[in-house]
Amino acid sequence: MENKFTRNIYMVPYALWIALFVIAPILLVLYYSFFDIEGNLSLVNYQKFFTPVYLKMTLSSFWYAFLITLISLIVAYPTAYLLTKTKHKQLWLLLIIVPSWINLLLKAYAFLGIFGTYGITNSFLEVIGIGSQQILFTDFSFIFVSVYIFIPFMILPIFNSLIELNPTLIDAANDLGASKWTTFRRVIFPLTIDGVKSGCQVVFIPALSLFMLTRLIAGNRVITLGTAIEQHFLVTQDWGMGSTIAVFLIIIMFLFMSVTGTRKRGI
Amino acid sequence: MNRLIRVFLAVVIASALLLFAINRLNKAEGFAGDNTLTIYNWGDYIDDELIDRFEEETGIKVIYETFDSNEAMLTKVQQGGTTYDIAVPSEYMIDKMREEDLLIPLDHSKIPNLKNIDERFMDLPFDPTNKYSVPYFWGTVGIVYNTKMLDDIEITSWSDLWDPALKNEILLVDGAREVMGMGLNSLNYSLNDTKEEHLKEAKEKLDSLTPNIKAIVGDEIKILIANEEAAVGVVWSGDAADMMWENENLDYVVPSEGSNLWFDNMVIPKTAKNVDAAHQFINFMLDPEVSAQNTEWVSYSTPNKAALEFMPEEMVEDERFYPSPELTEKLEVYENLGKKNLAMYNDFFLQFKMHRK
Repeated sequence: MENKFTRNIYMVPYALWIALFVIAPILLVLYYSFFDIEGNLSLVNYQKFFTPVYLKMTLSSFWYAFLITLISLIVAYPTAYLLTKTKHKQLWLLLIIVPSWINLLLKAYAFLGIFGTYGITNSFLEVIGIGSQQILFTDFSFIFVSVYIFIPFMILPIFNSLIELNPTLIDAANDLGASKWTTFRRVIFPLTIDGVKSGCQVVFIPALSLFMLTRLIAGNRVITLGTAIEQHFLVTQDWGMGSTIAVFLIIIMFLFMSVTGTRKRGI
Repeated sequence: MNRLIRVFLAVVIASALLLFAINRLNKAEGFAGDNTLTIYNWGDYIDDELIDRFEEETGIKVIYETFDSNEAMLTKVQQGGTTYDIAVPSEYMIDKMREEDLLIPLDHSKIPNLKNIDERFMDLPFDPTNKYSVPYFWGTVGIVYNTKMLDDIEITSWSDLWDPALKNEILLVDGAREVMGMGLNSLNYSLNDTKEEHLKEAKEKLDSLTPNIKAIVGDEIKILIANEEAAVGVVWSGDAADMMWENENLDYVVPSEGSNLWFDNMVIPKTAKNVDAAHQFINFMLDPEVSAQNTEWVSYSTPNKAALEFMPEEMVEDERFYPSPELTEKLEVYENLGKKNLAMYNDFFLQFKMHRK
């Protein structure tokens, strides 16, 4: 059949792209991870990864990424739900997406001003009588800014799955006497779980390897695996160790994807 | 299918138009000629007016790029993707680049202005006959502090930073050698110490400083200190000068235990394509008047003796930035410690960063 042949032709660019820009880099990272700083073949990097320093770093990266994802989800789900009820959906959606077009670095610098000792937030706290607090360079500011940056990526998939939800199902639930909460728990949430899952993936995975915000907003008080990779590649020039951390990040990501991945039924 | 082809064509046509426009713009700016000079320098490290002047005088088009650490610069030069004609590494990095054969020797006959450089800054151990490098700026690592915010506390040494009154008031610059060096200096060890137990001791000493540390940041330290976000900062001398320009309550001190003396130097890396223009540029930057103007703009200390005459007196006589030869004796220049020791410095620095309050 000629159709099959053309289909294969169309596959070529895609396959080349995947091979060159996805598979080759991963193999390269894996290859580099087996070399120590002197360029000798060894497993010393893997040994080093299982020392308390890096294990602690992995755990804290996990913890922060988890918090960021959880808070994003808690804020994003109701927002997405309310969005589906508004009149000008596309306009509201646009307003939520627009901030994600602004450069990340610019936004981070803006928060330096907003959270600073003499920034708007502290002036406000002063006025309402709480008094000036240290906000910048704390866990709070780090998580707040990260959530702010990631939230559009959480809202979008949830919004899409909510909008695809057939409204007659909700009517049916009402007719059958389900309370609002039961409708949400038994009908709406299970039917939008795919949106929640892909939202979590899009937030959790980049959050695991955030590195610029750890310096700008957290003042290096939060050290994630991303920070360590950056340092190993740019400062120490220990590409082996940097790659080893990257290998573990890739493994963690694959695990996370397979846990949250959508299992296709039927077909 | 037709629609797909139409979309595809539209993208191709749009790309072609953009490419054409970029080409025209580059031509209008003179980028198309072969006579270009690519400079790779630290951020905020040259008066832009001087680049314009150099272009006017020589007809050479300058492409200017910046880096924020010696190591990042080295990585780019090693990879050789861009044809950098001039780079400005620090002293220990020159040693390393020389070892790795990444530098082109200078032709001194093409740089007559080399005579303007103070003899004190010539023939230094990292490049004994200045075969590869010409000093660009020099300076120290020290403490900048806000006299208004600190009232009576006087800071003259590293150990003053451990004062409990400075709780949550110190910003550190995000550099392994600078911060570990501060720990080593406060214990009266050498900045180039490579004994693991000494570094460990320094790291533990630094851990005890954690309650006083507000954050460890990059270039933002300039804005943060000038805006009085914190009262004390460990910084390079030129950054301190910049901050003092912004905020008159600030003062700078080179700690009495000793500190780091550093040099940034112009070199021609192996990636160079226009070696002739690179020599012209180095010679241009060493011109006394040009150097004076650049120094006033950058505010680090110039090694150019002839330039001092063209600079305001209060700048030249400021002992904080032009320390007397006696004080400079106490300062140490970073040596190239090799990859393995540098990794050890970084490991300890990383552990120190992870130490929570």
